[in-house]
Amino acid sequence: MAKPMDQYKWHELKVGCVIEEVGNANEYKTGDWRSQKPVHDNTKCTRCSLCWLFCPDSAVFEIEDEYFDTNLDYCKGCGICAKECKPGAITMVEEER
Amino acid sequence: MTTKKGIEVSIAVADAAKLARVEVVAAYPITPQTHIVEHLSEIVANGELEAKYINVESEHSAMSACCGASAAGARTFTSTSAQGLELMHEILFIASGMRLPIVMATVNRALSSPLSIWGDQSDVMAARDTGWIMLFCENGQECVDTTIMAFKIAEDRRVLLPVMVNLDGFSLSHVIEPIVLPSQEDVDAFLPPYSPLYTLHPDKPVTMGAYAMPELYTEAKFAQETAIQNSKVVVDEILEEFGKKSGRPYKAVETYNNDGNDFAFIALGSICENIKTCIDDLKSEGREAGLIQLRLFRPFPEDDFVKAIQGKKRLAIIERAMPGGASYGPLYNEIATLIHTHGLNIVAEDYICGLGGRDVQPEELKNVFATSPQKGKNITVIGVRE
Repeated sequence: MAKPMDQYKWHELKVGCVIEEVGNANEYKTGDWRSQKPVHDNTKCTRCSLCWLFCPDSAVFEIEDEYFDTNLDYCKGCGICAKECKPGAITMVEEER
Repeated sequence: MTTKKGIEVSIAVADAAKLARVEVVAAYPITPQTHIVEHLSEIVANGELEAKYINVESEHSAMSACCGASAAGARTFTSTSAQGLELMHEILFIASGMRLPIVMATVNRALSSPLSIWGDQSDVMAARDTGWIMLFCENGQECVDTTIMAFKIAEDRRVLLPVMVNLDGFSLSHVIEPIVLPSQEDVDAFLPPYSPLYTLHPDKPVTMGAYAMPELYTEAKFAQETAIQNSKVVVDEILEEFGKKSGRPYKAVETYNNDGNDFAFIALGSICENIKTCIDDLKSEGREAGLIQLRLFRPFPEDDFVKAIQGKKRLAIIERAMPGGASYGPLYNEIATLIHTHGLNIVAEDYICGLGGRDVQPEELKNVFATSPQKGKNITVIGVRE
Protein backbone atom coordinates (compact mmCIF):
# COMPACT_ATOMS: atom_id res chain seq x y z
CA MET A 1 0.00 0.00 0.00
CA ALA A 2 1.08 3.51 -0.68
CA LYS A 3 0.94 4.47 3.01
CA PRO A 4 0.47 2.74 6.36
CA MET A 5 -2.99 1.20 6.88
CA ASP A 6 -3.94 3.40 9.79
CA GLN A 7 -3.59 6.53 7.65
CA TYR A 8 -6.24 5.63 5.04
CA LYS A 9 -9.53 7.52 5.11
CA TRP A 10 -12.66 5.62 4.11
CA HIS A 11 -13.03 7.45 0.79
CA GLU A 12 -9.44 6.70 -0.17
CA LEU A 13 -10.12 2.95 -0.34
CA LYS A 14 -10.83 1.36 -3.71
CA VAL A 15 -14.36 0.04 -4.34
CA GLY A 16 -14.71 -3.28 -2.51
CA CYS A 17 -11.22 -2.75 -1.00
CA VAL A 18 -9.61 -3.98 -4.21
CA ILE A 19 -5.82 -3.78 -4.13
CA GLU A 20 -4.47 -2.77 -7.51
CA GLU A 21 -0.72 -2.98 -6.86
CA VAL A 22 0.75 -6.45 -7.15
CA GLY A 23 3.09 -7.98 -4.56
CA ASN A 24 2.41 -5.58 -1.71
CA ALA A 25 2.24 -8.44 0.82
CA ASN A 26 6.01 -7.90 0.83
CA GLU A 27 5.45 -4.65 2.73
CA TYR A 28 3.39 -6.30 5.41
CA LYS A 29 5.26 -7.56 8.48
CA THR A 30 3.29 -10.25 10.29
CA GLY A 31 5.49 -10.93 13.32
CA ASP A 32 4.31 -8.15 15.60
CA TRP A 33 1.99 -10.24 17.77
CA ARG A 34 4.69 -12.68 18.93
CA SER A 35 5.16 -13.07 22.72
CA GLN A 36 8.36 -15.15 22.63
CA LYS A 37 11.25 -15.15 20.20
CA PRO A 38 13.74 -17.93 19.37
CA VAL A 39 17.40 -17.28 20.26
CA HIS A 40 20.00 -19.45 18.48
CA ASP A 41 23.12 -20.61 20.38
CA ASN A 42 25.65 -21.53 17.72
CA THR A 43 28.01 -23.13 20.25
CA LYS A 44 25.41 -25.94 20.61
CA CYS A 45 24.06 -25.93 17.01
CA THR A 46 24.99 -28.97 14.87
CA ARG A 47 23.79 -27.24 11.67
CA CYS A 48 21.27 -30.07 11.04
CA SER A 49 18.74 -27.56 9.58
CA LEU A 50 15.69 -29.08 11.31
CA CYS A 51 14.67 -25.58 12.52
CA TRP A 52 14.78 -24.32 8.92
CA LEU A 53 12.82 -27.38 7.76
CA PHE A 54 10.09 -27.25 10.42
CA CYS A 55 9.40 -23.51 10.58
CA PRO A 56 5.76 -23.21 9.38
CA ASP A 57 6.34 -19.60 8.32
CA SER A 58 9.66 -20.14 6.50
CA ALA A 59 11.07 -17.50 8.85
CA VAL A 60 14.29 -19.42 9.57
CA PHE A 61 17.11 -18.60 7.19
CA GLU A 62 20.68 -19.71 6.70
CA ILE A 63 23.54 -17.45 7.78
CA GLU A 64 27.32 -17.66 7.53
CA ASP A 65 28.98 -21.08 7.95
CA GLU A 66 25.65 -22.93 7.51
CA TYR A 67 24.25 -21.78 10.87
CA PHE A 68 20.68 -20.47 11.13
CA ASP A 69 18.85 -17.43 12.39
CA THR A 70 15.17 -16.31 12.49
CA ASN A 71 13.59 -13.40 10.64
CA LEU A 72 11.65 -11.68 13.42
CA ASP A 73 9.54 -9.70 10.92
CA TYR A 74 7.66 -12.94 10.22
CA CYS A 75 8.35 -15.31 13.17
CA LYS A 76 5.14 -15.84 15.22
CA GLY A 77 7.00 -17.31 18.19
CA CYS A 78 5.33 -20.73 17.93
CA GLY A 79 8.41 -22.50 19.35
CA ILE A 80 8.40 -25.43 16.91
CA CYS A 81 12.06 -24.77 16.05
CA ALA A 82 13.07 -24.92 19.74
CA LYS A 83 10.99 -28.07 20.27
CA GLU A 84 12.55 -29.84 17.27
CA CYS A 85 16.15 -28.73 17.97
CA LYS A 86 17.84 -31.95 19.25
CA PRO A 87 20.94 -30.38 20.85
CA GLY A 88 18.80 -27.67 22.51
CA ALA A 89 20.51 -24.81 20.71
CA ILE A 90 17.31 -22.72 20.41
CA THR A 91 15.73 -21.09 23.47
CA MET A 92 12.39 -19.26 23.45
CA VAL A 93 12.83 -15.94 25.24
CA GLU A 94 10.01 -13.72 26.52
CA GLU A 95 9.76 -10.47 24.56
CA GLU A 96 8.84 -7.17 26.05
CA ARG A 97 7.89 -4.10 24.03
CA MET B 1 -43.83 -4.06 -30.26
CA THR B 2 -44.77 -5.44 -26.92
CA THR B 3 -47.98 -7.27 -26.14
CA LYS B 4 -49.39 -8.81 -23.00
CA LYS B 5 -49.40 -12.56 -22.76
CA GLY B 6 -50.46 -14.99 -20.06
CA ILE B 7 -47.32 -16.44 -18.53
CA GLU B 8 -46.26 -18.00 -15.23
CA VAL B 9 -44.42 -15.33 -13.25
CA SER B 10 -41.39 -17.57 -12.59
CA ILE B 11 -40.97 -18.20 -16.31
CA ALA B 12 -41.33 -14.49 -16.99
CA VAL B 13 -38.59 -13.71 -14.43
CA ALA B 14 -36.29 -16.18 -16.18
CA ASP B 15 -37.16 -14.53 -19.51
CA ALA B 16 -36.36 -11.14 -17.96
CA ALA B 17 -32.92 -12.42 -16.95
CA LYS B 18 -32.50 -13.64 -20.51
CA LEU B 19 -33.54 -10.25 -21.89
CA ALA B 20 -30.90 -8.74 -19.58
CA ARG B 21 -28.39 -11.01 -21.35
CA VAL B 22 -27.01 -12.61 -18.20
CA GLU B 23 -23.69 -14.28 -18.79
CA VAL B 24 -23.45 -16.59 -15.78
CA VAL B 25 -26.18 -18.33 -13.79
CA ALA B 26 -25.22 -20.46 -10.78
CA ALA B 27 -28.17 -21.82 -8.87
CA TYR B 28 -29.52 -24.74 -6.91
CA PRO B 29 -33.20 -25.63 -7.17
CA ILE B 30 -35.51 -25.06 -4.21
CA THR B 31 -39.28 -24.68 -4.08
CA PRO B 32 -40.85 -22.23 -4.94
CA GLN B 33 -37.94 -20.78 -6.92
CA THR B 34 -37.37 -23.91 -9.03
CA HIS B 35 -39.18 -22.86 -12.20
CA ILE B 36 -36.97 -19.77 -12.58
CA VAL B 37 -33.68 -21.67 -12.63
CA GLU B 38 -35.19 -24.64 -14.43
CA HIS B 39 -36.32 -22.41 -17.29
CA LEU B 40 -32.95 -20.66 -17.39
CA SER B 41 -31.16 -24.01 -17.58
CA GLU B 42 -33.43 -24.97 -20.49
CA ILE B 43 -32.78 -21.81 -22.47
CA VAL B 44 -29.05 -22.04 -21.84
CA ALA B 45 -29.05 -25.72 -22.89
CA ASN B 46 -31.03 -25.10 -26.09
CA GLY B 47 -28.84 -22.17 -27.10
CA GLU B 48 -31.45 -19.41 -26.73
CA LEU B 49 -29.27 -17.74 -24.07
CA GLU B 50 -25.54 -17.52 -24.49
CA ALA B 51 -24.51 -17.99 -20.87
CA LYS B 52 -22.63 -20.32 -18.59
CA TYR B 53 -24.97 -22.28 -16.33
CA ILE B 54 -23.04 -23.61 -13.35
CA ASN B 55 -24.55 -26.65 -11.66
CA VAL B 56 -23.65 -26.56 -7.99
CA GLU B 57 -24.29 -28.82 -5.00
CA SER B 58 -25.80 -26.20 -2.66
CA GLU B 59 -26.87 -22.58 -2.36
CA HIS B 60 -23.65 -21.83 -0.47
CA SER B 61 -21.79 -22.89 -3.60
CA ALA B 62 -24.29 -21.12 -5.86
CA MET B 63 -23.61 -17.73 -4.26
CA SER B 64 -19.87 -18.48 -4.09
CA ALA B 65 -19.83 -19.26 -7.82
CA CYS B 66 -21.81 -16.07 -8.47
CA CYS B 67 -19.20 -14.06 -6.54
CA GLY B 68 -16.42 -15.59 -8.62
CA ALA B 69 -18.26 -15.00 -11.88
CA SER B 70 -19.11 -11.42 -11.00
CA ALA B 71 -15.52 -10.75 -9.88
CA ALA B 72 -14.39 -12.05 -13.27
CA GLY B 73 -16.63 -9.44 -14.89
CA ALA B 74 -19.70 -11.43 -15.91
CA ARG B 75 -23.29 -10.27 -15.58
CA THR B 76 -24.45 -12.77 -12.96
CA PHE B 77 -27.87 -14.01 -11.86
CA THR B 78 -29.18 -16.49 -9.34
CA SER B 79 -32.35 -17.25 -7.49
CA THR B 80 -33.27 -18.96 -4.23
CA SER B 81 -35.82 -19.30 -1.44
CA ALA B 82 -36.06 -19.91 2.32
CA GLN B 83 -33.46 -22.45 3.54
CA GLY B 84 -31.48 -21.80 0.38
CA LEU B 85 -31.18 -18.11 1.25
CA GLU B 86 -30.09 -19.03 4.77
CA LEU B 87 -27.51 -21.48 3.45
CA MET B 88 -25.99 -18.73 1.30
CA HIS B 89 -26.26 -16.20 4.15
CA GLU B 90 -22.51 -16.14 4.83
CA ILE B 91 -21.74 -15.41 1.18
CA LEU B 92 -24.37 -12.64 0.95
CA PHE B 93 -22.08 -10.46 3.07
CA ILE B 94 -19.12 -11.30 0.86
CA ALA B 95 -21.00 -10.29 -2.30
CA SER B 96 -21.95 -6.92 -0.83
CA GLY B 97 -18.59 -6.30 0.89
CA MET B 98 -16.73 -7.00 -2.35
CA ARG B 99 -19.23 -4.78 -4.18
CA LEU B 100 -20.23 -7.43 -6.72
CA PRO B 101 -23.33 -6.45 -8.74
CA ILE B 102 -25.05 -9.85 -8.64
CA VAL B 103 -28.82 -9.94 -9.15
CA MET B 104 -30.84 -12.51 -7.24
CA ALA B 105 -34.54 -13.27 -7.44
CA THR B 106 -35.53 -14.32 -3.94
CA VAL B 107 -38.84 -16.16 -4.02
CA ASN B 108 -39.96 -15.55 -0.46
CA ARG B 109 -40.89 -18.64 1.50
CA ALA B 110 -41.37 -19.64 5.14
CA LEU B 111 -38.39 -21.04 7.02
CA SER B 112 -38.33 -24.49 8.55
CA SER B 113 -39.11 -25.71 11.22
CA PRO B 114 -41.90 -26.75 11.00
CA LEU B 115 -41.16 -27.53 7.38
CA SER B 116 -43.15 -25.37 5.02
CA ILE B 117 -42.73 -24.82 1.33
CA TRP B 118 -45.26 -21.97 1.31
CA GLY B 119 -44.86 -18.26 1.14
CA ASP B 120 -44.01 -15.66 3.75
CA GLN B 121 -41.17 -13.17 4.18
CA SER B 122 -39.26 -14.66 7.10
CA ASP B 123 -36.40 -15.68 4.78
CA VAL B 124 -35.62 -12.19 3.46
CA MET B 125 -36.20 -10.59 6.85
CA ALA B 126 -33.45 -12.80 8.27
CA ALA B 127 -31.16 -11.53 5.48
CA ARG B 128 -32.24 -7.89 5.53
CA ASP B 129 -28.99 -6.48 6.93
CA THR B 130 -26.58 -8.22 4.56
CA GLY B 131 -25.78 -5.04 2.63
CA TRP B 132 -27.85 -5.97 -0.44
CA ILE B 133 -30.18 -3.53 -2.14
CA MET B 134 -33.66 -5.02 -1.70
CA LEU B 135 -36.69 -4.47 -3.90
CA PHE B 136 -40.15 -6.01 -3.39
CA CYS B 137 -42.62 -6.81 -6.16
CA GLU B 138 -46.38 -6.65 -6.03
CA ASN B 139 -47.31 -8.47 -9.25
CA GLY B 140 -45.84 -10.38 -12.16
CA GLN B 141 -45.22 -7.34 -14.34
CA GLU B 142 -43.25 -5.73 -11.53
CA CYS B 143 -41.18 -8.91 -11.16
CA VAL B 144 -40.15 -8.72 -14.83
CA ASP B 145 -39.52 -4.98 -14.82
CA THR B 146 -37.69 -5.05 -11.46
CA THR B 147 -35.40 -7.87 -12.60
CA ILE B 148 -34.32 -5.81 -15.61
CA MET B 149 -33.93 -2.62 -13.55
CA ALA B 150 -31.99 -4.52 -10.86
CA PHE B 151 -29.06 -5.11 -13.22
CA LYS B 152 -28.87 -1.45 -14.14
CA ILE B 153 -29.00 -0.40 -10.47
CA ALA B 154 -26.44 -3.00 -9.37
CA GLU B 155 -23.95 -2.24 -12.15
CA ASP B 156 -24.10 1.56 -11.94
CA ARG B 157 -20.59 2.77 -11.09
CA ARG B 158 -22.06 4.87 -8.27
CA VAL B 159 -23.60 1.74 -6.74
CA LEU B 160 -21.76 -1.54 -7.48
CA LEU B 161 -23.78 -3.59 -5.02
CA PRO B 162 -25.77 -6.81 -5.28
CA VAL B 163 -29.53 -6.45 -5.69
CA MET B 164 -32.21 -8.78 -4.40
CA VAL B 165 -35.55 -8.88 -6.22
CA ASN B 166 -38.13 -10.25 -3.78
CA LEU B 167 -41.29 -11.94 -4.98
CA ASP B 168 -43.73 -13.88 -2.84
CA GLY B 169 -43.62 -17.64 -3.16
CA PHE B 170 -46.63 -19.18 -4.95
CA SER B 171 -48.87 -16.11 -4.67
CA LEU B 172 -46.53 -14.55 -7.24
CA SER B 173 -44.09 -17.20 -8.41
CA HIS B 174 -46.67 -19.79 -9.46
CA VAL B 175 -49.51 -17.69 -10.79
CA ILE B 176 -50.16 -17.03 -14.46
CA GLU B 177 -50.57 -13.34 -15.13
CA PRO B 178 -50.91 -11.16 -18.20
CA ILE B 179 -47.40 -9.74 -18.56
CA VAL B 180 -45.67 -7.53 -21.11
CA LEU B 181 -42.21 -8.83 -21.85
CA PRO B 182 -40.19 -5.92 -23.23
CA SER B 183 -38.54 -6.43 -26.60
CA GLN B 184 -34.85 -7.29 -26.76
CA GLU B 185 -34.16 -3.97 -28.53
CA ASP B 186 -35.84 -2.00 -25.73
CA VAL B 187 -33.94 -3.86 -23.02
CA ASP B 188 -30.65 -3.47 -24.90
CA ALA B 189 -31.28 0.26 -25.22
CA PHE B 190 -32.04 0.53 -21.50
CA LEU B 191 -29.36 -1.83 -20.19
CA PRO B 192 -25.92 -1.58 -21.82
CA PRO B 193 -23.45 -4.48 -21.47
CA TYR B 194 -21.83 -4.71 -18.04
CA SER B 195 -18.57 -2.80 -17.87
CA PRO B 196 -16.84 -3.87 -14.65
CA LEU B 197 -14.61 -1.49 -12.69
CA TYR B 198 -12.22 -4.29 -11.71
CA THR B 199 -11.96 -7.83 -13.00
CA LEU B 200 -9.93 -10.88 -12.14
CA HIS B 201 -7.79 -11.11 -15.23
CA PRO B 202 -4.19 -12.34 -15.55
CA ASP B 203 -3.29 -9.37 -17.78
CA LYS B 204 -3.89 -6.98 -14.90
CA PRO B 205 -3.84 -8.80 -11.59
CA VAL B 206 -5.65 -7.27 -8.61
CA THR B 207 -6.42 -8.54 -5.12
CA MET B 208 -10.09 -8.86 -4.21
CA GLY B 209 -11.51 -9.80 -0.83
CA ALA B 210 -8.29 -9.23 1.08
CA TYR B 211 -7.85 -9.33 4.84
CA ALA B 212 -8.45 -6.08 6.73
CA MET B 213 -6.71 -5.43 10.03
CA PRO B 214 -8.50 -3.51 12.80
CA GLU B 215 -6.81 -0.35 11.45
CA LEU B 216 -8.80 -0.64 8.19
CA TYR B 217 -11.99 -2.67 8.76
CA THR B 218 -14.05 0.26 10.10
CA GLU B 219 -13.13 2.45 7.10
CA ALA B 220 -13.95 -0.41 4.72
CA LYS B 221 -17.40 -0.95 6.23
CA PHE B 222 -18.04 2.80 6.38
CA ALA B 223 -17.28 3.05 2.64
CA GLN B 224 -19.67 0.16 1.94
CA GLU B 225 -22.41 1.65 4.12
CA THR B 226 -22.01 5.02 2.40
CA ALA B 227 -22.39 3.28 -0.96
CA ILE B 228 -25.69 1.60 -0.07
CA GLN B 229 -27.09 4.74 1.57
CA ASN B 230 -26.13 6.79 -1.50
CA SER B 231 -27.61 4.21 -3.90
CA LYS B 232 -31.12 5.54 -3.21
CA VAL B 233 -30.56 8.43 -5.66
CA VAL B 234 -29.54 5.99 -8.38
CA VAL B 235 -32.49 3.68 -7.65
CA ASP B 236 -34.83 6.66 -8.06
CA GLU B 237 -33.14 7.69 -11.31
CA ILE B 238 -33.35 4.23 -12.82
CA LEU B 239 -36.95 3.66 -11.72
CA GLU B 240 -37.86 6.97 -13.35
CA GLU B 241 -35.97 6.22 -16.55
CA PHE B 242 -37.59 2.81 -16.84
CA GLY B 243 -40.99 4.32 -16.19
CA LYS B 244 -40.51 6.87 -18.97
CA LYS B 245 -39.32 4.29 -21.47
CA SER B 246 -41.86 1.57 -20.65
CA GLY B 247 -44.87 3.67 -19.67
CA ARG B 248 -44.99 1.79 -16.37
CA PRO B 249 -43.94 4.27 -13.67
CA TYR B 250 -42.30 2.99 -10.48
CA LYS B 251 -41.35 4.70 -7.23
CA ALA B 252 -39.33 3.58 -4.21
CA VAL B 253 -42.37 4.24 -2.04
CA GLU B 254 -45.79 3.84 -3.66
CA THR B 255 -49.00 5.07 -2.15
CA TYR B 256 -52.63 4.20 -2.79
CA ASN B 257 -55.53 6.37 -1.65
CA ASN B 258 -53.14 7.88 0.87
CA ASP B 259 -54.05 11.57 0.72
CA GLY B 260 -56.52 13.22 3.04
CA ASN B 261 -57.06 10.36 5.50
CA ASP B 262 -55.44 9.56 8.83
CA PHE B 263 -54.97 5.79 8.57
CA ALA B 264 -52.55 3.81 6.39
CA PHE B 265 -51.55 0.22 5.90
CA ILE B 266 -47.84 -0.39 5.38
CA ALA B 267 -46.73 -3.52 3.59
CA LEU B 268 -44.28 -5.21 1.24
CA GLY B 269 -44.95 -7.44 -1.75
CA SER B 270 -47.99 -9.15 -3.19
CA ILE B 271 -50.21 -8.60 -0.14
CA CYS B 272 -50.47 -4.97 -1.28
CA GLU B 273 -52.98 -6.11 -3.92
CA ASN B 274 -55.24 -7.56 -1.20
CA ILE B 275 -54.86 -4.37 0.78
CA LYS B 276 -55.90 -2.29 -2.24
CA THR B 277 -59.02 -4.47 -2.58
CA CYS B 278 -59.71 -3.91 1.11
CA ILE B 279 -59.23 -0.15 0.69
CA ASP B 280 -61.68 -0.12 -2.26
CA ASP B 281 -64.23 -2.05 -0.19
CA LEU B 282 -63.84 0.38 2.70
CA LYS B 283 -64.23 3.29 0.30
CA SER B 284 -67.51 1.89 -1.02
CA GLU B 285 -68.69 1.83 2.60
CA GLY B 286 -67.70 5.46 3.04
CA ARG B 287 -64.51 4.79 5.03
CA GLU B 288 -61.06 5.98 3.99
CA ALA B 289 -57.73 4.20 4.40
CA GLY B 290 -54.43 4.53 2.57
CA LEU B 291 -51.64 2.16 1.60
CA ILE B 292 -47.93 2.93 1.79
CA GLN B 293 -46.03 0.29 -0.09
CA LEU B 294 -42.28 -0.08 0.16
CA ARG B 295 -40.99 -1.17 -3.22
CA LEU B 296 -37.47 -0.38 -1.98
CA PHE B 297 -36.64 -1.81 1.45
CA ARG B 298 -32.82 -1.47 1.46
CA PRO B 299 -31.62 1.22 1.49
CA PHE B 300 -34.68 2.18 3.53
CA PRO B 301 -36.28 5.13 1.68
CA GLU B 302 -36.52 7.21 4.84
CA ASP B 303 -37.34 10.63 3.34
CA ASP B 304 -40.01 9.34 0.94
CA PHE B 305 -41.54 7.25 3.68
CA VAL B 306 -41.65 10.01 6.27
CA LYS B 307 -43.28 12.26 3.67
CA ALA B 308 -45.94 9.58 3.05
CA ILE B 309 -46.88 9.24 6.72
CA GLN B 310 -47.24 12.97 7.36
CA GLY B 311 -50.68 13.74 8.79
CA LYS B 312 -51.40 10.13 9.74
CA LYS B 313 -52.75 9.26 13.17
CA ARG B 314 -52.60 5.49 12.92
CA LEU B 315 -50.47 3.05 10.92
CA ALA B 316 -51.08 -0.67 10.56
CA ILE B 317 -47.86 -2.45 9.67
CA ILE B 318 -48.68 -5.68 7.91
CA GLU B 319 -45.79 -8.13 7.91
CA ARG B 320 -45.19 -11.74 7.04
CA ALA B 321 -42.51 -12.69 9.58
CA MET B 322 -42.46 -13.42 13.32
CA PRO B 323 -40.36 -11.12 15.54
CA GLY B 324 -38.23 -14.05 16.73
CA GLY B 325 -38.04 -12.75 20.27
CA ALA B 326 -37.91 -9.04 19.41
CA SER B 327 -40.62 -6.81 20.85
CA TYR B 328 -42.12 -6.32 17.39
CA GLY B 329 -41.68 -7.55 13.83
CA PRO B 330 -38.74 -6.31 11.73
CA LEU B 331 -40.75 -3.90 9.56
CA TYR B 332 -42.48 -2.42 12.60
CA ASN B 333 -39.15 -1.78 14.31
CA GLU B 334 -37.90 0.24 11.33
CA ILE B 335 -41.05 2.34 11.20
CA ALA B 336 -41.35 2.89 14.94
CA THR B 337 -37.75 4.14 14.90
CA LEU B 338 -38.55 6.67 12.17
CA ILE B 339 -41.72 7.85 13.95
CA HIS B 340 -39.59 8.41 17.06
CA THR B 341 -36.60 10.08 15.39
CA HIS B 342 -38.83 12.39 13.36
CA GLY B 343 -40.82 13.33 16.45
CA LEU B 344 -44.14 12.29 14.92
CA ASN B 345 -47.25 11.64 16.96
CA ILE B 346 -48.52 8.50 15.23
CA VAL B 347 -49.77 5.25 16.75
CA ALA B 348 -48.20 2.29 14.97
CA GLU B 349 -49.67 -1.18 15.27
CA ASP B 350 -47.98 -4.40 14.22
CA TYR B 351 -49.97 -7.12 12.44
CA ILE B 352 -48.27 -10.44 11.69
CA CYS B 353 -50.07 -12.47 9.04
CA GLY B 354 -49.74 -14.74 6.02
CA LEU B 355 -47.23 -17.04 7.68
CA GLY B 356 -46.33 -20.30 5.94
CA GLY B 357 -48.64 -19.58 3.03
CA ARG B 358 -51.80 -18.81 5.02
CA ASP B 359 -54.22 -16.71 3.00
CA VAL B 360 -55.02 -13.21 4.19
CA GLN B 361 -58.54 -12.23 3.21
CA PRO B 362 -59.62 -8.64 2.59
CA GLU B 363 -62.17 -9.15 5.41
CA GLU B 364 -59.34 -9.72 7.88
CA LEU B 365 -57.63 -6.57 6.68
CA LYS B 366 -60.90 -4.67 7.09
CA ASN B 367 -60.92 -5.87 10.71
CA VAL B 368 -57.46 -4.36 11.11
CA PHE B 369 -58.92 -1.03 10.07
CA ALA B 370 -61.90 -1.42 12.40
CA THR B 371 -60.18 -2.65 15.56
CA SER B 372 -56.95 -1.89 17.34
CA PRO B 373 -54.81 -4.48 19.14
CA GLN B 374 -55.63 -5.07 22.78
CA LYS B 375 -53.72 -6.34 25.79
CA GLY B 376 -51.50 -3.29 26.10
CA LYS B 377 -49.14 -4.25 23.33
CA ASN B 378 -49.52 -3.07 19.76
CA ILE B 379 -48.97 -6.46 18.17
CA THR B 380 -51.49 -8.92 16.79
CA VAL B 381 -51.13 -12.20 14.92
CA ILE B 382 -54.03 -12.19 12.48
CA GLY B 383 -56.17 -15.31 12.51
CA VAL B 384 -54.28 -17.29 15.14
CA ARG B 385 -56.63 -19.75 16.88
CA GLU B 386 -56.59 -19.06 20.60
